[in-house]
Amino acid sequence: MKQAFRYYGQGIPYIKEKDYIGQLIVVEGPDYAGRSTHIMLLQKWLESEGHAVLSCGLSRSTLIGEAIQDAKEGNVLGKKTLSLLYATDFADQLENKVLPALKAGYVVLLDRYIFTLMARDMARGASKEWLVKLFGFAPIPNLIFFLKVSPQVLIYRALKKYAALNFWESGMDMSFSNDTYESFLIYQSLIANYFDEMIKEYDFIVLDGGKDSEIVQGKMKKSIIEYFIKMGMIANDELE
Amino acid sequence: MQLESNGFNKSYSGKLIIVEGLDGSGKSTQLYLLKCWLVNQDIPVFFTEWNSSSLVKKSTKRAKKLNQLSPTTFSLIHASDFADRYEKTILPHLKAGYLVLADRYVYTAYARDIARGCDSEWVRNVYEFAVKPDLALYFEAPLEVSINRIISGRTELKYHEAGMDLNLSSDKVESFKLFQGIIKREYDNMAEDEDFVIIDATKQIEKQQKKLRKIVTKRILNNFSPPVCGKYNNNKMKEGHSDEASV
Repeated sequence: MKQAFRYYGQGIPYIKEKDYIGQLIVVEGPDYAGRSTHIMLLQKWLESEGHAVLSCGLSRSTLIGEAIQDAKEGNVLGKKTLSLLYATDFADQLENKVLPALKAGYVVLLDRYIFTLMARDMARGASKEWLVKLFGFAPIPNLIFFLKVSPQVLIYRALKKYAALNFWESGMDMSFSNDTYESFLIYQSLIANYFDEMIKEYDFIVLDGGKDSEIVQGKMKKSIIEYFIKMGMIANDELE
Repeated sequence: MQLESNGFNKSYSGKLIIVEGLDGSGKSTQLYLLKCWLVNQDIPVFFTEWNSSSLVKKSTKRAKKLNQLSPTTFSLIHASDFADRYEKTILPHLKAGYLVLADRYVYTAYARDIARGCDSEWVRNVYEFAVKPDLALYFEAPLEVSINRIISGRTELKYHEAGMDLNLSSDKVESFKLFQGIIKREYDNMAEDEDFVIIDATKQIEKQQKKLRKIVTKRILNNFSPPVCGKYNNNKMKEGHSDEASV
């Protein structure tokens, strides 16, 4: 099923192939929203249905992952520097992993997309206009799931998993509060607001990430099946 | 009153002078001579050059070695590097009232990234956070002149330096020539919009320097008052400036 790449901005001018045959599915949401669990479950399911699947996430690239890690440990980077480093990493993943897989016909499941990067940077004072133009090279995904979870539930899950709150996930670099607990709530509420503002604009499929994961997973599968039918990838009767 | 791109009044008293030009145009030599002249007058000067931030260096080096950079990641990694230098050194010095001298500035990125195939508006947006220089000097020479200076003075061109990633030619020297030609076109194109002061880089070194000092005196020093403290107490600027720049 051939489709032309559509981008949020001017795209990637030097890329010659303008079409792809895969599907780009993004799972967005804050830390502890359950993104990786859902991606794992979706991958299993899609593979059992006969689709080739690539799942990947932000900031797992080899290009500048080290610089980001170094910087985080020393906590010495300016805001612009950090946003540009994350953008570099994102572009690297996109060009070297995501686009080749889409051209080869894979269903690509992406753990986070430009929206997380935008929300984080906006929380740190970057202008939305600058960010939208910066990420103008990002293709528009076929589906975007957004796992919405309230900061109170996130904090409960974070503590359950690690027993303590992480410096960056609590936005401690922002100096909202000396208290990690309070800082986490303030920071994650800010992020949640920025996500909310993006729901309509970017056509998110909103799911209640606070619900039982089986229920959420069921809704995701349903949306994907509906989309595949619409795209003519599977016929209605195949589902029986 | 100068405005920053975000519309706020400039909130610092420092000044920014930048030089641009092809490799081999002699701009670094000229900037060095200018710096000596300024330092001798006890003017607080800070010098910075392209690609000198320690943080990103490690990654850029490795990535360049592996040739795994696309035009977009090449652009962004250099932008990160510049941002690090900008946020840590350039902007604080400007705010503190220094005269900042930059060997290459965002225009180098515009020219190179556009030559590599990035969208020109996109590149400009990436660097939107950088203040516009108070004085931008463009050392202009015919392509052959700067190319000959580089090729005769250096044993081997590096991969990205020669623009080998653009696939212009499989011969490094040939590729370098073509690449520099594209960059020169980009510089020439932006000269007017970006208010470049053009210096004829084929002229005698002493003559260029004399002209430079004259321009700097008129455009910058006559209207520059750094904070006076420590050794800068002797700042000869207090005695007023003569337009007669001595070489």
